[in-house]
Amino acid sequence: MNYDGILNDKIQGIKPSGIRKFFDILEEMTDAISLGIGEPDFVTPWHIRDAGIYSLERGHTKYTSNAGMLQLRREIAAYLNRRFDLQYDYAGQILVTVGGSEAIDLAMRVLVNPGDEVIVPVPSFVCYGPLAEMAGAVPVYVELKAENEFRLTPEQLKAAITPKTKAVVLPFPSNPTGGIMERRDLEALAEVLRGTDIMVISDEIYAELTYGQRHVSMANLTDMYERTIVVNGFSKSHAMTGWRMGYVCAPKPIIAAMTKLHQFGIMSAPTTSQYAAVEAMRNGDRDIEHMREEYDRRRRYLVENLNRIGLTCFEPKGAFYVFPCIQSTGLTSEEFCERFLMEEKVAVIPGSAFGPGGEGYVRACYAASMKDIAESIARMDNFLTNLRRKQGREE
Amino acid sequence: MEKLLELLEQDCTMSVEQLASAAGIPLEEAKAAIQKYEDDRVILGYQAIIDWDRVRRETVTALIEVNVTPQSIDGFDRIAERIYQYDEVESMYLMSGSFDLTVIISGRTLREVAQFVGERLSTIQGVTGTATHFILKKYKEKHLVFRPQEPEEREYIFT
Repeated sequence: MNYDGILNDKIQGIKPSGIRKFFDILEEMTDAISLGIGEPDFVTPWHIRDAGIYSLERGHTKYTSNAGMLQLRREIAAYLNRRFDLQYDYAGQILVTVGGSEAIDLAMRVLVNPGDEVIVPVPSFVCYGPLAEMAGAVPVYVELKAENEFRLTPEQLKAAITPKTKAVVLPFPSNPTGGIMERRDLEALAEVLRGTDIMVISDEIYAELTYGQRHVSMANLTDMYERTIVVNGFSKSHAMTGWRMGYVCAPKPIIAAMTKLHQFGIMSAPTTSQYAAVEAMRNGDRDIEHMREEYDRRRRYLVENLNRIGLTCFEPKGAFYVFPCIQSTGLTSEEFCERFLMEEKVAVIPGSAFGPGGEGYVRACYAASMKDIAESIARMDNFLTNLRRKQGREE
Repeated sequence: MEKLLELLEQDCTMSVEQLASAAGIPLEEAKAAIQKYEDDRVILGYQAIIDWDRVRRETVTALIEVNVTPQSIDGFDRIAERIYQYDEVESMYLMSGSFDLTVIISGRTLREVAQFVGERLSTIQGVTGTATHFILKKYKEKHLVFRPQEPEEREYIFT
């Protein structure tokens, strides 16, 4: 059978990630260090795991309501209010999803008509463009600049808007750059968006991981609450990636539409995970602080040392990534990563994997042990020294 | 500055450079602070936590509840000192509740421990009674769990 003729044109048009080949190499290496994977190295705190286990002991193995357990939605509403000053009604404004990614997929699909445009700042997490395309939209990529600390500027936003613009994705704090948008940055974008029908899909999955200041949501700003869809989840804040727990908050008509789609495609998020999530919301704030403090230590160490060994690196103020510039090596980001992995057995991810604008940078995730981070720095130093020597010889 | 202490408590094998940047302070400041902590005996020492069972060296550890008659001037401290001077005593705490002191000792054999309790500890003037509990298995000490490293289960996923 000719499956090319069978498979949907759009999915065939979406290229598989080039990162896979690194992981294939990595799987073969037993002694490699990986700063490649973007997930907390912490195990989910025990009291949260225990709540999941206890729910199984009690026999809570059935579906929950489509939107998610009432008590979980109540807890999410209280948490958002407590930590980010966001007010959402647990009845009708919050939907519990299978990770933040499902929420992004739903948001695209309930907003977009064929041919609509969705503005996607890049470099960013890889899902936005493909999900927009599958929903029928045309992604419009806007390249963020290092000199702006990878913030989206109002000029860039304004230039990208056309009559077809349906939504803009705001992926901050950012994977892969570690960049954040402060209140004044958001305020400048809001100035552009107020009075339009453009929706903001604000992916705030790293909201708890900011260093030096608290995260501000676009929905905190005057006149922006009604045009913002807030996507968040438990993966990064509570080290719960494998539980697949996310949620989305928005004005009622939008959540109603998303819930409709969610009930057909997913039914309800995993019940065990929802029970664990209730515990995370009720008693997890200290875990968040503890993990953030840990990440912050590693962040400072990594940034300081990357700069010391000659890879310029702007100070990332959010998430758990550093995004050093490797242009001084004369290598493309993919060449850099491949050689670094083969020669020194440390995996980092080429910036080019995160869309145009990422070329010339690599992403290293510091959600790894201090020992691995220190060792990676030493190996990076070695790699750069060897590289310079080889390059000197060639010239 | 307490940051440094927290970091060292977690892992005292970190280099002073690592400590300084993790705590967000200049290197010289970190060096001076650690020196001062050591001089002031805020930092008492640096030791490894070892799972002796894994190298098949037999040790016996006992937790002994001790009741004493406090002395009029020094209270418990004088008698405590007489007990903790023995090398066999690994840790010792003054307790609230139904007994006065917890004394943790280790020896190579049960007999050695019994001998210490019977011949040395109980004969100290002021000790009025002891109850010895042998430790059968260590699960966790100083936040570290006694079990072999499990193979890393990280799956490679692009996020």
